[in-house]
Amino acid sequence: MVSDVYLFIFNISISVENEMMMLILIILHWLIALLLSPFLLGVISKVKAFFAGRVGPSLFQPYYDLSKLFQKSAVYSQTTTWVFRAAPVVALASALLLVLVIPLGGLDAPLKFQGDIFLVAYILALARFFMIAASFDTGFSMEAMGASREAFFACLSELVLFMNFITLALLTRSISLSQMIGADSPLSWSHLGPTLLLVVASLFVVLLAENCRIPIDDPDTHLELTMIHEVMILDHSGVDLAYMTYAAALKFLIFATVLVPILSGWTGVFIKDMSIYITGLLGLAIVVGIVESSMARLRLNRVRNLLLIAFVLAFFGFIVTMWRG
Amino acid sequence: MELFNGGNIALADVPLLTAHEFRSKVLHLCRGDARLLNLFGHLVSDQGVRLFAVLGFDEEAQLQIVSTLVPADRAQYEALTPDLLQAHWFEREIAEQWAVRPAGHPWLKPIRRHGNYRGVADIWQDISNPHPFFAIDGDEVHEVGVGPVHAGIIEPGHFRFQCHGEEIIHLEVQLGYQHRGIERMMCGKDLRRAVLLSECIAGDTSVGHSMAFCEVTESLAGCLVSPRAQAIRAVALELERVANHVGDLGALGMDVGFLPTSGYFGRMRGDYLNLLLALTGNRFGKGLCRPGGVLFDIDESMAEDLCRKLKHYKKEFDQVSDLLFTRPSVLARFEDVGTLSRKTAQKIGLVGPAGRASQLELDVRINYPSGMWQFHHVPISLGATGDVFARAFVRRQEVLRSLEFLLKILPTLPKGNLMTPLANFMPDTFAVSMVEGWRGEIMHVGITNSEGGFARYKIKDPSFHNWFGLVLAVRNEEISDFPLCNKSFNLSYCGHDL
Repeated sequence: MVSDVYLFIFNISISVENEMMMLILIILHWLIALLLSPFLLGVISKVKAFFAGRVGPSLFQPYYDLSKLFQKSAVYSQTTTWVFRAAPVVALASALLLVLVIPLGGLDAPLKFQGDIFLVAYILALARFFMIAASFDTGFSMEAMGASREAFFACLSELVLFMNFITLALLTRSISLSQMIGADSPLSWSHLGPTLLLVVASLFVVLLAENCRIPIDDPDTHLELTMIHEVMILDHSGVDLAYMTYAAALKFLIFATVLVPILSGWTGVFIKDMSIYITGLLGLAIVVGIVESSMARLRLNRVRNLLLIAFVLAFFGFIVTMWRG
Repeated sequence: MELFNGGNIALADVPLLTAHEFRSKVLHLCRGDARLLNLFGHLVSDQGVRLFAVLGFDEEAQLQIVSTLVPADRAQYEALTPDLLQAHWFEREIAEQWAVRPAGHPWLKPIRRHGNYRGVADIWQDISNPHPFFAIDGDEVHEVGVGPVHAGIIEPGHFRFQCHGEEIIHLEVQLGYQHRGIERMMCGKDLRRAVLLSECIAGDTSVGHSMAFCEVTESLAGCLVSPRAQAIRAVALELERVANHVGDLGALGMDVGFLPTSGYFGRMRGDYLNLLLALTGNRFGKGLCRPGGVLFDIDESMAEDLCRKLKHYKKEFDQVSDLLFTRPSVLARFEDVGTLSRKTAQKIGLVGPAGRASQLELDVRINYPSGMWQFHHVPISLGATGDVFARAFVRRQEVLRSLEFLLKILPTLPKGNLMTPLANFMPDTFAVSMVEGWRGEIMHVGITNSEGGFARYKIKDPSFHNWFGLVLAVRNEEISDFPLCNKSFNLSYCGHDL
C-alpha cells in the first residue's frame, strides 16, 4: 500500500520487497531521529557549559523543554493568518520527510530514487519558505529582518550544498543520496582523501549555517536585533513552538547524518554501523560545541564571507574531481 | 562664582544674570575650556524659574555657577542647544519639569513624559503623545521599534531605528519608563529617608550616588568627615567599579557569543559583590555611606582578608581578560564598531569610561579630587579609538588600576572616627558634589531653603550625558551590532529616569 503510493508519485523502484518491512523501516527511521535529535542539542549545550566553567543544564533538558511546550496551547496574534499556523506543521513534516531520504546508521533509506538529492534541497527550501512567510505574516519588523537574513544566507548555503552534491555525484556516479552516502557508496578516504576533506569542511560550514550555530547565528542570545532563526520563531508558542524546535533539532540530525557516513564509511554489519553512526553524531555535536565555545560570533556582514569560503572549498573539491576524471 | 568639588556657596552669591547675559556667558565659557556639567531649573516662589548652569574647568578643578531667572508669566528663554549640543538633554528636562520653553530647541520632546512640577499647562498639548519620532521616508527605508519590553531581563526603554537594510541611519531613544520622581522626594529635612532614596537612584551605583548625596549634606552642614570614613567610602566605590566593569566585560563577551569569558567574568563579578557584602552587609553596598561618615568599619583582619582575596582575584582577572582580548574573533567584533571621535564626544559632553575611550581626559577622581583622592593618585585610563574595543579596554585598565589602588590603601587605612555628627544645614545655600561612579561623573546639587531643608535636589547620573553618545555611536552601523554598542556603554535607565 505504502509502496504503491511511492510508485505512483515518484515512479521508482523500491528495493525492499515486503511492504511490512518498508513500514517498519520508516517507523525505525522516525523513531531513531525523533529520539536522538534533542539529545544532540543537549550534548552541544553541555559542551558549551563545560567550556564556560559551568555545570550546565542536563543532557535531557531539550526533551523536558519539548514536553513542556507540547503540553501548552499556542497563542495567536490577531494579525496572523493560516500561513502562520501552517509553518510549524510544514517545518516538522518536511523534516520528517527528509529523515526518510537519508540512510540512517546502516539502515537503508525508505525513500530513494535517482535525483532524490533535489528532493532534499527543495524540501529544505519549502520549510524555509513557510518559515519566512510566517514571520512576515506577523507584521513585526524584526521578524521580517530575521527572515531577510535567513533568506540571504540560505541562498549562499544552498549553493555550497549543491556544489558538494555535484562533487559527490561525480565521485559516485549517482544522484541519489542512498548511493552517494549509503552502504554501497564507493567513497573511500584512501582513494579520495583530499576531495573528501574539502567536501567535509564545506559541508560542516553548511551544517553550522543551516542550524544557526555560532559563528553564523547564536542560538542562545536574547538580543532580538542580532538573531536570525530565533527571531523568526519569536511569535510561535506552545505546540507550534515545539514543532519548530523539533524541526530544528531534526535538521541538525539530518545534516549530521549526511556528514557522518562520509567521514566514517560503512562496515556492512548493522550493529557496528549503528554504533559508529551514533558515536559519529555525538562526536559531531561535541565538535560543534567546541567550535561554539572557542570563537565569537561573526559580525553579520562577514557571514557571507564564511559561506563564500565554504563555496570555494566545495568548488576546489569539484575541480579536483573533474581533474581526476 | 567659583568653587571646588564638595563646596558650597550662598544662594545670594550665585551671579544672577539676564537671560541674554546668561546665554552668552555660558556659550563663551564653553567655547573656551569649560564643560557644561549641569543645567537645571529651580522654582523660586511666584517669581519664576531660576536656571542654574554648572560649568566645569577640568584643568583647574574649579566649578563656576551662573544663573538666570525665567519669569513665571513669560516662561520662555532662548535655547542653548543650537549653539551648545551638551545642553540638549538638559533643556528638554527643564522644559518638561518646569513648563519653560527653550525657544529654538531643535528637538523639543519630553524625556520622561510626566506633568510639570509647576502645576501649570505643559508646553505640549498631550504629554503622552507630545511629538512624533524622527522618521525617514523612502521605499527602502524601514522602521524598527524595540522595547520598552525586551526579550532579556533588562530595564525598559524604547529604541526607534530608521534603517536602510541592515544599516542604521538614525536611532531615537525614548526613556522615562522608570521615572519615580526621586528628585522631588529628596526635598525636605528628612535625611534618613533621603539617603535611602539616594541608594536607589541606580541600583548598580548605590555607593556612588549615596556618596555624592552624603558629600552634599556634609558640605551644607560644614562637617569634616574623618579620613578613615573617606577611605572606607573609597574602598566601597572602587569595589563597585570593579564589580560592574568585570560584569560588563562578561556581558560584552556574551553579546558576541564568546561563552567562556562571559561565564568566568559573571562568576568573578559575584566575588567582588561578595566583598561588598562582607563590608556592608549588602551585595550592592547599600547601607554604608551615611551623612557624616560610614556605618561599617574595616578592621585589620578584614583588611588583610580583602587584600589576600583581591590579589587572588587580580590574577584571575588578568588571565580571563587576556583570554578575551587576545581572541581574534572577539577583536574582530569589537574593533571599528560604534566609533565616536574625540571631537564628537567632546561636543556632546560624553563622560566616564565612554568619554575616556574617546580620548577625553575626564575623571572626577583626577580632575576634581575630593575625599581619599586628594591623597592618592589613580592614573587615568584612556582609550585611543573610541570604538567598542576602546570602551572594553578602558574598563579592563580601570579594573586593574582600581585593584592596585585598593591593594595600596587597604593595609594603610588612616585612623579616625567612623561618624562625625552633622550640624544643621546652612540656609539658602547651594552645595555641589561630584563622584566618579563606575559609569562616570555623578553630580548632586542641593539647594536649601530658609529653614535649612532641601528646597531643590538635582541629581545627574552620567547616563544623562551618555545616552546621546550611544545614539551617535550606532549611526551607519549594522543594526545587529546595536546590542553590542549598547552594552559597551551600558547606561543606566533608572539613573536617567530618576
